[in-house]
Amino acid sequence: MQSSLPTFPEQASNFAGNVDTLFSFILMTTLFFAVLVTVLIIFAAFKFRRRSEKEVGDDVHGNNVLEVGWTLIPTIIAIGIFAWGAAIYVNYRIAPKDTLDIFVVGKQWMWKLQQPNGRKEINELHIPLNRNVKLIMGSEDVIHDFYVPAFRVKMDVVPGRYNTMWFRPIKTGKYHFFCSQYCGTNHAVMGGWVTVMDPAEYAAWLSGESGDVNPAAAGERLFTQFACNTCHIANGTGRAPSLNGLFGANVLLADGSTVVADEAYIRESILQPKAKIVAGYQPVMPTFQGLVTEEQIGNLTAYIKSLQSQPVPAKGGGIAPSSAGKK
Amino acid sequence: MHRTGALYGQFKTLEQQKDTATLGMWIFLVTEVMFFGGIMLAYTINRHTYFHAFAMGSNTLSLGLGGFNTVVLLASSFTMAMAVWSAQTSRKKLITLFLSLTILLGFVFFGVKYVEYAQKFHHHLVPGKNFDIFYCVDNPSKCTDIDAADLAKEREELEVAAKADPNLNAHAQLYYSAYFGMTGLHALHMVIGAGLLFWLLKESVAGKFNAEWNNPVDIVGLYWHFVDIVWIYLFPLLYLIDRHK
Amino acid sequence: MRTQATGPAPQLPEKHYLNATYGIRSWLLTTDHKRIALLYLASVTFFFFVGGFFAMMIRLHLLTPNGFLLTPDLYNRMFTMHGVTMIFFFLIPSIPAVMGNFLIPLMIGAKDLAFPKINLLSWYVYVVGGLFTLWSMVNGGLDTGWTFYTPLSTVYSNSAVAPAVVGVFITGFSSILTGLNFLVPVHTMRAPGMTWFRLPLFVWAHYATSIVMILGTPVIAITLGLAAMERVFGLGFFNPAMGGDPILFQHLFWFYSHPAVYIMILPAMGVISELIPTFARKKLFGYHFVAAASLAIAVIGFLVWTHHMFLTGQSTYAAVAFSFLTFIVAIPSAIKTFNWTATLFGGSISFDTPMLYAFGFLGLFLIGGLTGLFLGALGVDINIHDTYFVVAHFHYIMVGGAVMGYLGGLHFWWPKITGRMYPEWLARIAAFILFIGFNFTFFPQFILGIMGMPRRYHTYPPEFQIYNVMSTAGASILAIGYLLPMVYLTWAAFYGKVAGDNPWPATGLEWKTQSPPLTENFDVTPVVTWEAYDFHNRPDLGLDVPGGKGSPVVAPAHGDD
Repeated sequence: MQSSLPTFPEQASNFAGNVDTLFSFILMTTLFFAVLVTVLIIFAAFKFRRRSEKEVGDDVHGNNVLEVGWTLIPTIIAIGIFAWGAAIYVNYRIAPKDTLDIFVVGKQWMWKLQQPNGRKEINELHIPLNRNVKLIMGSEDVIHDFYVPAFRVKMDVVPGRYNTMWFRPIKTGKYHFFCSQYCGTNHAVMGGWVTVMDPAEYAAWLSGESGDVNPAAAGERLFTQFACNTCHIANGTGRAPSLNGLFGANVLLADGSTVVADEAYIRESILQPKAKIVAGYQPVMPTFQGLVTEEQIGNLTAYIKSLQSQPVPAKGGGIAPSSAGKK
Repeated sequence: MHRTGALYGQFKTLEQQKDTATLGMWIFLVTEVMFFGGIMLAYTINRHTYFHAFAMGSNTLSLGLGGFNTVVLLASSFTMAMAVWSAQTSRKKLITLFLSLTILLGFVFFGVKYVEYAQKFHHHLVPGKNFDIFYCVDNPSKCTDIDAADLAKEREELEVAAKADPNLNAHAQLYYSAYFGMTGLHALHMVIGAGLLFWLLKESVAGKFNAEWNNPVDIVGLYWHFVDIVWIYLFPLLYLIDRHK
Repeated sequence: MRTQATGPAPQLPEKHYLNATYGIRSWLLTTDHKRIALLYLASVTFFFFVGGFFAMMIRLHLLTPNGFLLTPDLYNRMFTMHGVTMIFFFLIPSIPAVMGNFLIPLMIGAKDLAFPKINLLSWYVYVVGGLFTLWSMVNGGLDTGWTFYTPLSTVYSNSAVAPAVVGVFITGFSSILTGLNFLVPVHTMRAPGMTWFRLPLFVWAHYATSIVMILGTPVIAITLGLAAMERVFGLGFFNPAMGGDPILFQHLFWFYSHPAVYIMILPAMGVISELIPTFARKKLFGYHFVAAASLAIAVIGFLVWTHHMFLTGQSTYAAVAFSFLTFIVAIPSAIKTFNWTATLFGGSISFDTPMLYAFGFLGLFLIGGLTGLFLGALGVDINIHDTYFVVAHFHYIMVGGAVMGYLGGLHFWWPKITGRMYPEWLARIAAFILFIGFNFTFFPQFILGIMGMPRRYHTYPPEFQIYNVMSTAGASILAIGYLLPMVYLTWAAFYGKVAGDNPWPATGLEWKTQSPPLTENFDVTPVVTWEAYDFHNRPDLGLDVPGGKGSPVVAPAHGDD
């Protein structure tokens, strides 16, 4: 693990190889130009050194062909590098559909991570090999950042919104993660370890410790506690749409637009219910801003996700007609 | 470097001095555009996000006073332009007259602004611990300067707005932060303008301005017109949200 | 080899701007752009060493993974104050306020800048802003990072944020006034015959810089103003707990702070564009392209700010657009580098200290600029954003680029400013020490970034230690490289060999006056009839121009020996 002069971390995620390849390409290209220019400078400095005190250089104004050439060629190379980088980035920013979702909360100066079954970790993340993992991250105070060098991934964690990031670990092992957005006194110690395990081991680990309650079950309790169930009746007869089959489906809004019911939509609906009104419904939902914590929102979201496979009522679902019956 | 009359030592001719000072003032005004632009951007973004709270805030401003101030400033730009014309045509007494009128109108503006600010203070609409958009509606006896009919309308509007935005007070405070920030900055610029006008007045009384040399009047005029234009933007942005009813 | 003046050694002129009037009031109330430049020289040097002190604290502390020297809070104050001091109080003013102020009127053939009293005001504004910030540094310090991200700076930090932010706000006006004072004279006060395309590229560079100062600085002013009000009065524009948006702060902040880096580098590029033609005795290759590139950098530089925010969770497609623009803004810098290099071919190159700094600039700016391509590439930025790779990148450009340009310029124009020459061999040694110390300090930081060491860390995993030790060792060498010029330039100002009007000789209008110049710069307004850097049409320089006036000497054919 530790050679005498360590440099690149191991490549432990699906992105690492691509990122390193692009890095190497940029390195080769920039090295080429750096060496070229340096050699030219040293060569010229030597060859055209002053021979006598009063000597002057040649009377040369410039060369338009050269100018066009050394403008166009770097531009083409630059655009090539840009395009390659953009491709990796777009892929990174758009998570695939089937992910193992981990809720992450950063706060000064620790990380709280929650597995889908409710098991909580502090400054540690256990995940299975070769599975797409999505981190849904919020902050309780200032801006933080979750960075795993071996995966070549990072994303800011901003208070007041969710940021998500995804990756697929391709190698078992323990990998350092760091907070990588300055956040105050103990920014430098706000890190931990990501442990990638074989799927079987992960499953065993997950169910091993009794740990906390299943978040979906906790969410179901909250759903009753906050009286959500009095309006969001499952069979569609309530004042509010049924939430069966909602998660991941398209929702038709009152203004005619559609939106996908993802985690951000659920969170916004809880905190700012007037922002998006489902078609055919009145804007009567009260806000729960200040009444629910980030963790409780996470549990409610987990509960709503668990309703995905419940039967959608013919009338009274919030789902856009074209996708009725969608998973 | 020494001066000969109006000509400063680093310049060769009065023409060069005039061109230089004028260009300098224009470039300075560009920096002012960027300065006000920043806060206007912040305002615009927040107004889009918290429309109800901002509309509510806007409706607590007095259209009458704001409109009056707009007319006052427009008039002051007119008297300023007349002062420049008077200088360009060597009408010395008129320069002094029009400068004085401009200053007077400026002070009228300040007076109205003071009334408005005092009102906001009494109505607990200054951002801080005591900010409360509901204060007058909850305590009508404390806000006797609003008549009963207006207060009833405000109560209605507040109810509608509060339903739409449960954090109405916090977001209305954002509106008022922008209100005081923008009008405060504007007022500060007017105070500086007034100071410049006083200086111009002194120089005009001393007979310094005529057809051959009137550049200071000209460039202070540019500054004053700019400050006026800023108000022309501020007035609709702040006072006229959702007023079509 | 430097051309030695033939005949008797030159004498200092009897009357010049330094001895025209005496007494502290004549300095503190001066409106002479040259004296104001020296006032700035004193104050920016002071702040450079303040910032350098913070840097030494950082590097000493990072010798060991567990940080033996400072508590976390103190360390966080060190890097914050290092950044604030160096950026706002050294890098941004340095070349424009010292060299721009001194030289621009001389270079365009004017008696002073457009607004001499405003020039003096700009220095006082700078000093007041500096005092506010210094006050905050000794009364609680500042630990938010120079970037002041909210809500850390406006709500959570327990340091003296408000006075520091007010200090930076005030100093910004110094920048605006300086920019104003540069833009206007170039338009209205050029000497007869000094057309736009005969202007030295130093002037073009400062013109472009002034555009950035004028358009950008007011935005940071309002941003910091709002942040200060948020901190003091609890407003909520940037505080999510009150409905505000921390990302709005970042947009407003970077809208200035990215163009600010061009304020820091364009003047240095302007210096290099003077040094290379002078010490290669050859016109700058592609003058028009270099002038246009300066303007292009200034304009396009306003369109890339979100590349500091690729990982804040903003729109993916906006990020793609800004990455594209970031690559475009790199092109004009590349064009300049190629033109500087091409100027060397066919030249007559000497290795005086200013030229050594120019060579150092070329190499280090090359590396710094090219490493920007890694950061602009979205896919790679995911990995190296907010790591030491970024720290190394900007230090290569700011220190390897801007500071080298500053020192090269100081040496080049020292004879004009003081009338006396610095000690050449000592200066060359110092330049080498600086170059070596610099590379040892910052190259290892690229590797730390690739390895995954985040920035602003007071403690780090042990596998990062070896490069941190290398970096600190380099920093101590770098410090010597900076102290030496401080000492010998001061000595030379009083005891150096008298330089004469034009010791190099160089072609600019500033070299046609006495050294040091008169207060009014020129006895008689010059009339310009020659192109910039035109060694072949300047018989007054006394050089051997092949086939030219006054010299039967034929230039040796290059490559024959």
